[in-house]
Amino acid sequence: MAAVQETVDHVRRIDVEQYKYGFETKIESEKAPKGLSEDIVRYISAKKEEPEWMLEWRLEAYRRWLNMREPNWARVDYPPIDYQDLYYYSAPKKRPTLNSLDEVDPEILKTYEKLGIPLQEQEVLAGVVGADGRPKVAVDAVFDSVSIATTYKEELAKAGVIFMPISEALREYPDLVRKYLGSVVPSTDNFFATLNSAVFSDGSFVYVPEGVRCPMELSTYFRINEEKTGQFERTLIIADKGAYVSYLEGCTAPKRDENQLHAAVVELVALDDAEIKYSTVQNWYPGDADGKGGIYNFVTKRGDCRGANAKIAWTQVETGSAITWKYPSCILRGDNSSGEFYSIAISSGRQQVDSGTKMIHLGKNTTSRIISKGISAGRSENTYRGLVSAHQKATGARNFTNCDSLLIGEECGAHTVPYIEARNASTQFEHEATTSKISEEMLFYCMQRGLSSEEAVALVVNGFVSDVLQQLPMEFAVEAQKLISISLEGSVG
Amino acid sequence: MNMEARPVRTAADEAFIKAFAEVGADLPGSANVKAQRAAAFGRFEACGLPTRRVEQWKYTDLRQFLREARPLAAPPGAVERQRANDAGRAFAAIKPRRLVFVDGTFVAEQSDLTKLDDGLTITSLADALAAGDAEVVKRISDSNVSQGDIAYALNTAFMAGGVVIAVEAGKHIARPIHLVFANCAEKPASIFVRSQVSLGAGARLTLLESHEAFGAEEYHVNSAINVDLGEDAELDHVKLGSDAAAAIHVSTTGAVLAAGARLRDFALTSGGAMVRNQLFVTCNGTGAIVDLRGANLLKNRQHADTTLVLDHASPGCQSRELYKSVLDDTARAVFQGKIMVRRKAQKTDARMMSQALLLSETAETDNKPELEIFADDVQCGHGTTCGALDEKMKFYLMARGIPADEAEALLIKAFLGEVIDGISSEGVRVALSAIVDATMDARGH
Repeated sequence: MAAVQETVDHVRRIDVEQYKYGFETKIESEKAPKGLSEDIVRYISAKKEEPEWMLEWRLEAYRRWLNMREPNWARVDYPPIDYQDLYYYSAPKKRPTLNSLDEVDPEILKTYEKLGIPLQEQEVLAGVVGADGRPKVAVDAVFDSVSIATTYKEELAKAGVIFMPISEALREYPDLVRKYLGSVVPSTDNFFATLNSAVFSDGSFVYVPEGVRCPMELSTYFRINEEKTGQFERTLIIADKGAYVSYLEGCTAPKRDENQLHAAVVELVALDDAEIKYSTVQNWYPGDADGKGGIYNFVTKRGDCRGANAKIAWTQVETGSAITWKYPSCILRGDNSSGEFYSIAISSGRQQVDSGTKMIHLGKNTTSRIISKGISAGRSENTYRGLVSAHQKATGARNFTNCDSLLIGEECGAHTVPYIEARNASTQFEHEATTSKISEEMLFYCMQRGLSSEEAVALVVNGFVSDVLQQLPMEFAVEAQKLISISLEGSVG
Repeated sequence: MNMEARPVRTAADEAFIKAFAEVGADLPGSANVKAQRAAAFGRFEACGLPTRRVEQWKYTDLRQFLREARPLAAPPGAVERQRANDAGRAFAAIKPRRLVFVDGTFVAEQSDLTKLDDGLTITSLADALAAGDAEVVKRISDSNVSQGDIAYALNTAFMAGGVVIAVEAGKHIARPIHLVFANCAEKPASIFVRSQVSLGAGARLTLLESHEAFGAEEYHVNSAINVDLGEDAELDHVKLGSDAAAAIHVSTTGAVLAAGARLRDFALTSGGAMVRNQLFVTCNGTGAIVDLRGANLLKNRQHADTTLVLDHASPGCQSRELYKSVLDDTARAVFQGKIMVRRKAQKTDARMMSQALLLSETAETDNKPELEIFADDVQCGHGTTCGALDEKMKFYLMARGIPADEAEALLIKAFLGEVIDGISSEGVRVALSAIVDATMDARGH
């Protein structure tokens, strides 16, 4: 594509030297010995002061994991992972008590500052909606494996919303956690989910009681800091009857030479009339221009519309990670329940993305919608892999799927692998996918009106992904837009 | 659990192994051919019949469908040959040149080999293999065609009947050639047929193919056609699958196109318990044009699978696929289409569509339209829809005095019409429409 020759050149240059979050925080941390064994599982469980049943649950998962094989069906290619060469637990050294943010290790706070999480600002804002009407965001920050500080806890507690690290929830609300943990992603689900079940160290737990509309957006930041630590967080969100919650997740990791493993599990449960909106901006270190380093992001995310009229919406902006293996899914079990999946996956450099969704229609009159936008640049591979299925009893199931891919440069690949299975006549599924390069005509049109070729590409790309950007909560949309421009910096100006 | 699939040999696998040990040495072919047969069989032996654990066979578990392997078909006797005279009537009106295969064996006496058009040669496959015809031998295991497929490997191992059709460069063969496959044996049998069609530069041919049964309800056909199109050559291929109700039919069409060549392929499937049509098409030259279409009319517990891989290996090629299924009772249609665009295949224009009409609550359709794209200056798209008959349209027709069943039939014909209308030969179009009409009339709602 001659018109954007500069773009192609830039894409070649775009390497992750520009990775903005490639700093490392020097703080003392407490690690379990390297490697994985029953003892490590026991160690993690003991550190977390978990109830006995939880340890059993972990051990059972661990024993099962030993007999499982790593999946190889995804279109990603990486050297074998030595699971014994990883640290499975790493926590910043504890200070006696943390009464306020002032007592948090200043180094950690600095890290967040660099990340741009306005932790303290948020606390100042507590209880007060700013003059500009900015909504409040509660942040549960996960630093390596332990949640450091949870803001807004009090105000949430007033509404009856439980929002805390899952390790804490295991101690404070063991029955509630036990009831739902593993009910969406069982510990036997897949290789990485089983590994996570055995060794997960922390994550967020959210419970929104019946009829409550969570008063603010809940947000969490994951950041992998320590060298050679796998991060295995586990998130469990439950929206009881008629509840509503919007949850935002953002991820960054510092720059490292060795690949780091991230195998998270996210479980969402929406009961009757409940709604969960789960948004992710993933910006982990993608490795350098030669594909060295970077995060392996092997994540199992699944939502269960367990009650009638329940609704779950996944929105994701994926720009980071060396390898992404991620399929946020919806089980549409309740009648009239609905699932949505909006995704922007941008890959450049040597990134490999294999992502998509599963919409499993089980209840009557269930609806789902999939909008996936993939942009490949550099020498990356970007695959959409998705399943839409309607059970025999899922009468009146409806799905609309649209997956578009945009290729920038001659050395990248874009692939689409959808599975569409309809098992009853009243099902109506529509699927469309297109792959193309940026239309010369569009660029010409923009440039004729005085935009530079790079501005024109930026405009077209923004238009290309706007369907998805609109789905993001305000706070995130801005960040996502920034991320997209960082990711394609050089290729889109 | 992600345990690796262990090949446990089934009764069918064992039977094929026994059969190959017994008759393998007697199957036609020179030493080179025999070596290729042995290699292909070795690959089958290593993994057995494909199961749903094999991604390409995910929705069609051949191991389940083919629980026992029937013995290889015996050469046809007088009774069987007599029965075959009624075969292939659907295309009688266009008076094609009939090449008759009874239980997979090419019967020259019943075939029309007189007054061959200038530039056309027809040889029986057995003769070509025995003579070690270099052109034929080199294409037996062409990787563009075989794609590592096990059903095709099995075909390579056992192929016996079939013809080799060659058209010289620049020759337009006006009279269509009709491959008439009649399965007439009283006892269930396994039939392996393979044909090769090669068209020289600028040559043209219309190839018809029909599969019917006049004997046992139950049999297993594994048929393959290798197509080789020279520059600017044009081939129309129309396949009619009217197998018996309990038949298992696996067919592979492998085509390699040179620059500017055109392939139009159409398949109408209405018979058989399980039918799998595989198409492996490779555009090896600039500007090749591919048009693949198909229609499935299924009822009862019929299962039809269309699996195609379209490999755009050269720049500037165009491909269109359109597949439609009408499903009644507990019938199931599977469509797996993969468009591959290689790095150098810039300016590729590819579009794929599969649609299913579900007439009963228990019908099922599975679609997997895949795009695999490595070139950036391309236009590729695919679409899939499935749903029931539009009640509003039906109401519209009924409000105008058309009875419900007729209204349904009309809508179904219109749905399939789009696929059939694209066929260039009017005679073939009329013949296919007549088959659709007859099937709809027999539906008796």
